[in-house]
Amino acid sequence: MAKERLLKEHKAGSLLVSLTAVVAGILAGCILLLVLGRNPMEAMRLIIHGSVSDPRRIGNTIAVATQLILIGLSVAFGYKAGLINIGGSGQMLVGGCVASLWAYYGQGIPRPLYLVIIVVSGAIAGGLWGFISGFLKAKFNVHEVVSCIMLNWTALWIIYETIPAFMVDPSVASRSASVPAAQSLRTPLLSQFFPRSYINWGIIIAIAMVFVIAFILNKTTLGYQLKAVGANRFCAEYAGIKVSRNIIISMTIAGALSGIAGVTYYCGYSNMIYRNQMPNEGFDGIAVALLGNCNPVGVFFAALFFAILKAGKGSLGAGAGIPPEIADTIIAVIIYFSATSVLFRRLWDRLFHGMYEKKLGKMNIKAAGPSSDVER
Amino acid sequence: MSYVIEMLNIRKEFPGIVANDDITLQVEEGEIHAILGENGAGKSTLMSILFGLYHADRGTIKVRGKEVKINSPNDANDLGIGMVHQHFQLIHNYTVTENIILGKEGGFVLDTRQGRRKIKELSERYGLNIDPDSVIENISVGMQQRVEILKMLYRDADILIFDEPTAVLTPQEIDEMMDIMRALAKEGKSIIIITHKLDEIKAVAQRCTVIRRGRLIGVVDVASTSTAEMAAMMVGRQVNFKVQKAPAKPGEAVLEVKDLNVLNNKKVLGVKDFSLSVHAGEIVGIAGVDGNGQSELVEAITGLRPIESGSVSLLGRDITKLSIKERNDLGLGHIPEDRQKRGLVLSFPLYDNFIIKDFEKRPFSHHGLLDKPQIKEYSQAIIEKYDVRSGEGVNSLAGKLSGGNQQKAIIGREITAQPKLLIAVQPTRGLDVGAIEFIHAQLVKHRDEGNAVLLVSFELDEIFNLSDRIAVINAGRLIDIVKTEDTDEYAVGLMMAGIKSGKEVG
Ligand SMILES: Nc1ncnc2c1ncn2[C@@H]1O[C@H](COP(=O)(O)OP(=O)(O)OP(=O)(O)O)[C@@H](O)[C@H]1O
Ligand SMILES: [Mg+2]
Repeated sequence: MAKERLLKEHKAGSLLVSLTAVVAGILAGCILLLVLGRNPMEAMRLIIHGSVSDPRRIGNTIAVATQLILIGLSVAFGYKAGLINIGGSGQMLVGGCVASLWAYYGQGIPRPLYLVIIVVSGAIAGGLWGFISGFLKAKFNVHEVVSCIMLNWTALWIIYETIPAFMVDPSVASRSASVPAAQSLRTPLLSQFFPRSYINWGIIIAIAMVFVIAFILNKTTLGYQLKAVGANRFCAEYAGIKVSRNIIISMTIAGALSGIAGVTYYCGYSNMIYRNQMPNEGFDGIAVALLGNCNPVGVFFAALFFAILKAGKGSLGAGAGIPPEIADTIIAVIIYFSATSVLFRRLWDRLFHGMYEKKLGKMNIKAAGPSSDVER
Repeated sequence: MSYVIEMLNIRKEFPGIVANDDITLQVEEGEIHAILGENGAGKSTLMSILFGLYHADRGTIKVRGKEVKINSPNDANDLGIGMVHQHFQLIHNYTVTENIILGKEGGFVLDTRQGRRKIKELSERYGLNIDPDSVIENISVGMQQRVEILKMLYRDADILIFDEPTAVLTPQEIDEMMDIMRALAKEGKSIIIITHKLDEIKAVAQRCTVIRRGRLIGVVDVASTSTAEMAAMMVGRQVNFKVQKAPAKPGEAVLEVKDLNVLNNKKVLGVKDFSLSVHAGEIVGIAGVDGNGQSELVEAITGLRPIESGSVSLLGRDITKLSIKERNDLGLGHIPEDRQKRGLVLSFPLYDNFIIKDFEKRPFSHHGLLDKPQIKEYSQAIIEKYDVRSGEGVNSLAGKLSGGNQQKAIIGREITAQPKLLIAVQPTRGLDVGAIEFIHAQLVKHRDEGNAVLLVSFELDEIFNLSDRIAVINAGRLIDIVKTEDTDEYAVGLMMAGIKSGKEVG
């Protein structure tokens, strides 16, 4: 019996599947570079160099990861309730905008209180944006993807008008005046380890949120309801769980997370808002959530990985004339592969079965064929 | 006679359980071969292996004497093996023809004309009576099943697997189904049928392979074996088919439905001026042919469907305007008709499914925090009492349970919550005879504890076995409500057709 247990066939776990997507993405990038006549190893070296070669670069990579963690969590949280939050960009913008207004007009508030205020008000603004999508979905059955896209543009145009009215930079019209470092989330406490980098309190908030979200999803009745609604609406309804209410709550919390990402981005990382620019992070967050398998800890590591690519890609063009779009291509390929992760799961299962059969063969027992038990 | 299918020494393990342990199945050419076994015995698993959905850890498969490897349903198709799953796999807004030729025809454009002709021809040859142009969502479940059969025939399958084909059919449809199977066998097809209904095995099968807990118990000749013998062989003890119960001692009314009108999915009245009361300590059975308003009635009482007019009260309180949760909390339990759609969250472990109505209550949670140890302890008690079998106990995902065990889990959850009114729709669908005996006893016990039970079933046997009173529904109307001892199956059968004491009811 013990021997039979030993011979049990392996099944691919989601970590293995995600890692395969990463490797496949990197391989695709390498092939593309070879086709372009460049040296892939050199490109890898440059990306690593650009992202983690010294404390300043590490600090910047962490600062980039901050937003990605938060938006990845936002997307993952919505997804658990069966919702696709592609409104991260808009939620970020409104969150960042409100926080920036505090930065300009809220001077003199004691710093600890001030920090709490900007983070909370950013969360409320983003949460409001999420709430609207959730409400439209719950009450009028407007698909959240549609309302999210509309709200992204609504946010953009509100900011377009807010900047010249309240955050004027006399020298440039295309962006807001920059937030003074003293009013941002940057802190000497962190900067001393990563001098001259953009690192800020945001990363601490983001890590805390990883735990908070994991806690909500796994330990609370709220998380339980949300997951039930996401996994089987009909059963949730039958059991008396209020489906509409949970859709709204889920979108609101997702929006709040993206709102906080806006605070860390516009009042910590870039410290200014361009009038006419939709932040890409809202969409990158989807990739992060996908690669992280919508699991908070998975999201954390996926965000770090994407941050390395994003932070490192600047060195490509500067260092060797390699198009920095290569990094984006790698990201795109990884997204593609994480979305089609079933394929990898099958591939691994087939491989495992082959190994298993070989072992059996040695023992002179016959197996009936490769396995393809796909999880349903 | 030679074997057309031989599955030799098949073994298949799932985490924590050996679903098939050295099982051998041999099917002769042109025979109807039944597989009988308890819920979770490994029948569906064995058939999934034959159809290429799962792969055996060990063992050999021979088709027409030749050893084969079946890696996918496509391989199975190529070998002439077809399967009708318990849950049909049809596209609802496509026509019969489109559904059948889909995935079979090459090229990008569906050549429906030729397919249509072949379908008509096959339908006539086997007496399937199918219109190739009707759209799936407009035809009955029985018809849909025939479409599934046609799908196999269209692909030239001559080894046909049926996994619990009759669980979803009405008694009339079952009779027709038996005729079709006989016709197929006569044309030289070999048939494997999984069913829990021993009468059906008696009616069509020549031989029957009995398995228990993943192991082969034996192969019997159906004609010379009684149903009681087969049942005993499969569960390992004598099974009592008759429910033991004392006369009811009805108390006050628990459920009162007055002049209820409810719209169905087609936006016409599915329930018309319906009035009914169910008292504490009694079981009222609703008899009727499927689709005569039973689902709408139940959904209206449970709050899943809005009503047009009338009222529903529970324990004297008007619940017409209450939410589903409020109704549940007042003491309403519901074993739903569709276990996979409504009854369970298939991707949740069993323990999470057991608290789905009560997760906000103590001891399962305090101040919004779930208490996992308490939840698991409670769940463990349910699976033990109701004999819910699975690989990893309460930690198994609900979707990995066998069909019958999913059903037992739902029943266990609902009865354990001790509802004042239990609405049980087709409670024993898909259960083995041993489990049916147990569940029937539990329903009677629930009654005897002073609760009301409203039973909806399409099987007259079950209605007569359990009910103290029988309400007959036809076209959304209550035809009559009678004491069980004052009527018989013939009279109820007539009423189900809308005929009351010789008169037609409009
Ligand atoms: N994909 C799976 N993963 C894990 N366990 C499984 C899986 N499929 C089946 N099982 C387990 O294997 C056992 C046999 O299941 P199977 O579905 O073959 O039973 P069955 O004989 O068809 O029962 P029923 O009459 O209830 O349909 C069950 O205990 C079930 O929990
Ligand atoms: Mg089964």
